Amino acid sequence: MSTRLAVVLGAGLGMLCASLVGVPEASAQVAALKVDTGDTAWVLMSSALVLVMLVPGLALFYGGLVRSKNVLGTIMQSFMILSVVSLLWILIGYSLAFGPDKGGVIGGLDWVGLNGVGVDPHPTYGPTIPHQAFMFFQMMFAAITPALIAGAFAERKRFSAMVTFSALWSLFVYAPLAHWIWGGGWLAKLGALDFAGGAVVHISSGAAALVCAIVLGKRRGYGTDYMAPHNLPMTLLGTGLLWFGWFGFNGGSALGANGVAISAIVATHTAASMGAVVWCLAEWMHRGKPTVLGVASGAVAGLATVTPASGYIGPFAALLIGAAAGLACYFAIVWKGRFGYDDSLDVVGIHGVGGVLGILATGLFASKAINSGGADGLLYGNPSFFGVQVLMVVVVAVFSAVVTFLLLKLIDGMTKLRVEPEEEATGLDLSQHNERAYS
Amino acid sequence: MKLIEAIIKPFKLDEVKDALLEIGIQGMTVTEVKGFGRQKGHKETYRGQEYTIEFVPKVKIEVAVPDSQVQRVLDTITRTAKTGSIGDGKIFVRDLGMAVRIRTGETGDTAL
Repeated sequence: MSTRLAVVLGAGLGMLCASLVGVPEASAQVAALKVDTGDTAWVLMSSALVLVMLVPGLALFYGGLVRSKNVLGTIMQSFMILSVVSLLWILIGYSLAFGPDKGGVIGGLDWVGLNGVGVDPHPTYGPTIPHQAFMFFQMMFAAITPALIAGAFAERKRFSAMVTFSALWSLFVYAPLAHWIWGGGWLAKLGALDFAGGAVVHISSGAAALVCAIVLGKRRGYGTDYMAPHNLPMTLLGTGLLWFGWFGFNGGSALGANGVAISAIVATHTAASMGAVVWCLAEWMHRGKPTVLGVASGAVAGLATVTPASGYIGPFAALLIGAAAGLACYFAIVWKGRFGYDDSLDVVGIHGVGGVLGILATGLFASKAINSGGADGLLYGNPSFFGVQVLMVVVVAVFSAVVTFLLLKLIDGMTKLRVEPEEEATGLDLSQHNERAYS
Repeated sequence: MKLIEAIIKPFKLDEVKDALLEIGIQGMTVTEVKGFGRQKGHKETYRGQEYTIEFVPKVKIEVAVPDSQVQRVLDTITRTAKTGSIGDGKIFVRDLGMAVRIRTGETGDTAL
C-alpha cells in the first residue's frame, strides 16, 4: 500500500515518472525479516525526539543568541530548512544517500520518490523495523545538519540565499557523506565507524560553517558593537530540548530498543554532564566567573562530541570524552578571535571541534565488548581502525569545505548571499520577513 | 526658586520619593536615564567575548522648590539615596527663573 502511496505522490508531483514504475523489492530474503514492535516504537519515538532538537530546540538555542532584531529570521531558518530538506529527502535525497550503492560513491536513483521504500524491513537498514521508519529517522538527521550551519552566517544572510544553499547542501554534501559512511559507501567498506553522526553531521556542518563565515564576512560592527545574546533563557530552553532530543539522536541510532540503545544513552548523558561541568570550571578559573551560557555550551559540546562514539563505548570513556569536549571547545571559542572570522554562533568551535574529537575518540575507545557490531579501538590494540578514523576526519572536512565553497560561489552568482547594509542594520526580522518578534 | 536634579540608583527611587513626600514636597518628575561617573560600567562575558557596559541605568528625579526648602530636600535625598558604595549618584541645583501652574495661571513660589 505504501508503495502505491509513493507512486501516487511521485506522479502527483509530476516528477520522475519514468523511474517510478520500478518493481518493489520482494526478494525471499526481505520477506523473511520480521518487524519488531518494540524496536519500531523506539525508532518512531526517536525520530520525533530528533525533530524536537531542530524545532524548537535549535531554533530557540540560536534564536536566543542573536540580537532581538534577528530572532525571527534565525528561528525561521530552522523551520524552513526542516520543511524544504524533508521534501527533498522524500523526492530524491534518501535515494542518493541510502539507495543501492553505485561504486561506493553515491546511492542510485532506484528509491526516488520513496519508490520501493515500504513497510517491510531492509536487511541492513534496521532488519527489525519498517524500511520507512529508517528513512524517516534519517530524514530528521538530514534536516538538522544544514540547520546547524546556519549559526555561522546568522544575522546577515539573505533569506532566499539561505534556503537555496541549505537545499543544495543537503543534496550535494550531506547525501554523499551519508552514503559513504552509513549507506554502504567507500568509507564504510574501509571500516570507518560513526555511530550517530560525528562526521556526517558535526564535522560536515562545522567545516561548512567555517567556509560560510569566511565567504560571507563579518557582521557589520563585529568587534565594536554590542552583540550580546538578546535572550539567554530562550537559549537555555533550546539547550534543554537539544539535550532531551539527543537521547533519540544517539539512542535511536541503535535502530532498536536494545542494549546498544541504552548504553548509547548513558554515554550521551554522561558526556553532556561532564562537558557542562568542565566548561564551567575552565571558564571559572580562566575568567573568574562561571557563566550560564558556558554550562549550556559545555553540555552541547559534550553531546556533539560523544555522538559518533556513543554506541561503541562504556560510561568511563564517555566521561573522558565529555571532559575533553568541555576543555577543547571552550578554548576553541575563546581563541577564535585570533583567527579573525565571525562564526557568529560558534558552529566551528562546538560542532567542528567536537565532531573531530569524537571521531578520533571513537578510534581510541571503541570496544566490541560494548557493541559486537562495532570495532576495537586503538586502546584495545587496533591501530589500523584508528587510522581509518583519521582518514574519515580529513576526507569529510575537506569534501564539505570544498563543495560548500563552490555552492556559495554558485549562489552568489544568482542572488546576493548577504543582505544590504541597511537591511542588516534594520535586522532580518523586518527586512526579510516584515515582522517583529517584540512589538 | 531652585530646580533640584538628583541622579540616583534606580532601586532607591521609592525610598527617596517617600522621604520627600514626608517633608512636604508635593510633586516631582522622574526619568530613566543612563550614564556614568567614577563608577564606570561593568563587564559582561558571553562565551569568552567581553563587553564593557559604560552607561549604567540610573533614575533622575527633578524637584522644583522655594529657596527656603532647598537644604532640607538636599539633606533628605542625600540621606535616603545613599548606600555608601561607588555609584550612588549626584545632585545638581540650579536657579529657576519662573514657574507657572497651568490650571490657575499662578506664578512663582505659589505655583510650586
